[in-house]
Amino acid sequence: MKVSVNVNGRQVDRDIEDRTLLVHFLREDLNLTGTHVGCDTSGCGACTVLLNGNAVKSCTLLAAQVDGEKITTIEGLSNGELHPLQEGFKEEHGLQCGFCTPGMIMTSADLLSRNKQPNEQEIREALEGNFCRCTGYHNIVRAVKYAAEKMT
Amino acid sequence: MSYIGKSIKRVEDKRFITGKGKYTDDIKLPYMTYGCFVRSPYAHAKINSVDISDAENSSGIVKIFTGEDIAESGINGVPCGWQVNFKNGDIMKEPPHPLLVKDKVLHMGDAVAFVIAESYSQAKDAAEMVRVDYEMLPAVTNPQEAVKKGAPQVHPDAPNNTCFDWELGDSKAEVEAALKGAHHVTTLDIENQRVVPNAIEPRSAIGDYNEAHEKYTLHTTSQNPHLTRLLLSAFVLGIPEHKVHVIAPDVGGGFGSKIFHYTEEAMVVWGSKQIGRPIKWTAERSESFLTDAHGRDHKTHLAMGFDKDGKVLALKSETFANLGAYLSTFAPAVPTYLHGTLMQGLYTTPKINVDVTGVFTHTNSVDAYRGAGRPEATYQLERIMDLAALEMDMDPAELRRINFIPAFDGVEQEGYATRVALQYDSGNYEPVLDRALEMVGYDDFRKKQEAAKDSGKLLGIGFSTYVEACGIAPSAVVGALGARAGLFESSQVRVQPTGKVSVYSGSHSHGQGHETTFAQIVADRLGIPLEDVEIVHGDSEAVAFGMGTYGSRSLAVGGSSIVKSLEKVIDKGAKIAAHKLESRVEDLDFAEGKWTVKGTDKSISFGDVSLTAYVPHDYPADLEPGLDFSSFYDPTNFTYPFGCHVAIVEVDKETGHVRLKRFIAVDDVGNVINPMIVDGQIHGGLAQGIGQALFEGTVYDSSGTLLNASFMDYSIPRADDLPNFEIDRTVTPCPHNPLGVKGAGEAGCIGSTPAVVNAVIDALWKGGHKVKDIPMPLISERVWKAMQNGH
Repeated sequence: MKVSVNVNGRQVDRDIEDRTLLVHFLREDLNLTGTHVGCDTSGCGACTVLLNGNAVKSCTLLAAQVDGEKITTIEGLSNGELHPLQEGFKEEHGLQCGFCTPGMIMTSADLLSRNKQPNEQEIREALEGNFCRCTGYHNIVRAVKYAAEKMT
Repeated sequence: MSYIGKSIKRVEDKRFITGKGKYTDDIKLPYMTYGCFVRSPYAHAKINSVDISDAENSSGIVKIFTGEDIAESGINGVPCGWQVNFKNGDIMKEPPHPLLVKDKVLHMGDAVAFVIAESYSQAKDAAEMVRVDYEMLPAVTNPQEAVKKGAPQVHPDAPNNTCFDWELGDSKAEVEAALKGAHHVTTLDIENQRVVPNAIEPRSAIGDYNEAHEKYTLHTTSQNPHLTRLLLSAFVLGIPEHKVHVIAPDVGGGFGSKIFHYTEEAMVVWGSKQIGRPIKWTAERSESFLTDAHGRDHKTHLAMGFDKDGKVLALKSETFANLGAYLSTFAPAVPTYLHGTLMQGLYTTPKINVDVTGVFTHTNSVDAYRGAGRPEATYQLERIMDLAALEMDMDPAELRRINFIPAFDGVEQEGYATRVALQYDSGNYEPVLDRALEMVGYDDFRKKQEAAKDSGKLLGIGFSTYVEACGIAPSAVVGALGARAGLFESSQVRVQPTGKVSVYSGSHSHGQGHETTFAQIVADRLGIPLEDVEIVHGDSEAVAFGMGTYGSRSLAVGGSSIVKSLEKVIDKGAKIAAHKLESRVEDLDFAEGKWTVKGTDKSISFGDVSLTAYVPHDYPADLEPGLDFSSFYDPTNFTYPFGCHVAIVEVDKETGHVRLKRFIAVDDVGNVINPMIVDGQIHGGLAQGIGQALFEGTVYDSSGTLLNASFMDYSIPRADDLPNFEIDRTVTPCPHNPLGVKGAGEAGCIGSTPAVVNAVIDALWKGGHKVKDIPMPLISERVWKAMQNGH
């Protein structure tokens, strides 16, 4: 089937197998490998992208479902300069192996678009669908706080 | 400027925060095919037949291999890298672990066939069409049951499913006599449950055979590419080592599970030659649960004897360690030399006996998982210490204090020789306890705890004071203990003509931040900007044979190796500088990136010396050109970090729900190069240790089915499960390596688990429920039941 999706500001048209998941469409068809696959049960959040600005797990959507919609991946979060969240993750050591990081950043972007100054508990609750095995989340919370402060 | 001790932001971060990291599954090779394994749904079954006729006609199929193909090919199974002998001197039982099984599956997830297709979905479709006729057989998953007469047998040549039995320390008779004479004896039967490492990046491997060069390339999620190359080439496939190129690119966490050489790696490499195209295999998460080596799984009986003042007189520890169906690469080392040797803890216990039986069961392999053996030892010691304090009505902090080994720095005072084969390098245990008590506000807490007794929530505090052995390891020592490998580390410091420096390390970074920490050491020693240093790792052709990253060894062993190479660079640079400055080497000082003739302003920069080394027009006659040195560093001892962890929990009286309110960790990991990175390592270790205490653990049913093999069913800690950690450090340098560092990767995971469990037991005890133990993980149901049954 044919899909037409706006990905990171670019219109892309592709002919794909009907059952193609959005995450595979991004990784295999568009070579946007910053979006990762960490599980097969929509649990870990490594595949999180923005669908019209809202965080979604791209392993849980078919590419067909986003036909005509707007997708933002980690590669499209900023233009040249780092996004405050990207900066925050670096400044506060919010990543170690980096595998969960794109999903963490995209979920946090969604949070900050709805809540400009989240407190620690709100950040932790917003991130409960994203697993990190390296950081114990301590510095991820600080990274999101850093970005929130920078963005106001 | 000095870079040591500074929280330099990580140089590797940029690629990860912009989505430009390159993990194995991100790699696409021309004409690449995709592989999918057919795996057994049963723990123990006879294979009557494997029918691939329908699958072969499925669309996009390139090739299907079965156990019969592997048997006919003559390929060996994956080997074990550590040998433990029975008490009577017999060699451990070491059954083969074939790439694909032909006759009998021995655990759920055992691979029966490998389907290769043009796309992954085509491979997966066809894998579902492979018809395997299984005849189910009874299975055993519990190591204590498996050694009993009449239990289902895993391997015919391992009677009673016993791989080895093993003993360390004082004789059992001496220890039992000491226990008999003790004023008080605390006994405890505990389980250190099986957990799944769950690196967020699933394992992945790409095999790529190049016929023209007769060369095999393996891209793989490995913590140690050289070790994988050695095992793959010399032991499994029987191909020349120099014709195998192993690349471990960005790796998304390991925690031990990516140390081992796995069957899937050999399968894609061998398969690629057979079909003449590259093959990629990437695990799905449920596959990771079934096949990534698991951790822990010990069942232990403990007895500790005390005199009337609370001094420990003797300790006896008897463990049944589950090894799974097949021996993973380092499996036998974990419950023996990485566990038994830590049973001294940081106490002066004069008599210790440790007894371990390694047992095969119809489960996935068990091997090193963050801490590997030391968490199991610490869990035993710290659980029984807290329980003894409750039983003897003593303060748990003070009971520990009176038993501490007195301070020793390993320089003025000798290292501490334990009863269980180790010599601790340096230790100063009271300050970590004191600092933790200060941070927690101990006296104040006890008042709050008393006041909360009549509310709906019980408060509890739990301690854990630990010492561990890392910086693994002196090759001669581990060789004597059964290791079939050395445990040195390699490095090469290649100074380029412009004075920029490329460093090649046998350590592998999969989150630890080597590209920053190692660069800090190099920039500091050479007096050059950090930006002028690049760290290269993870490529068997770029880097000299190295042993990789595990056992908190990268900085202590790999970093020390880099220091050795840097010393050679500086020594040769001084000769070039002396020639250029028309001086003598002994009249030069090297500081801040230049050699200066003492007492003059005559100097030459590191950059100019580098250029001279490669443009040797005006050059010492007896010196080779170039400025490029490599080293192998073999440590003289393990390193011994230690610390004190304290947990404060709240237990809901109605539901048994445990909430971790505070977690305090004071660790001593020796000197610190980058405090930010060390803090991060501690945080991550704490989360995994706390995860084991409260959330994690496999559940097998009686048929050997792993019931919670997904993130839907197996709980790892989430952001809202954990508090902010309160951490601090003391610094007791390691006396035997040039950086004075000890290692920080596993400490958090080793110390934290018993602190949490002790806190829950303390809460219950103070609430009138004299419960000795609750098996981990401490889910509400178990805690609630314990409160109902407790006295």
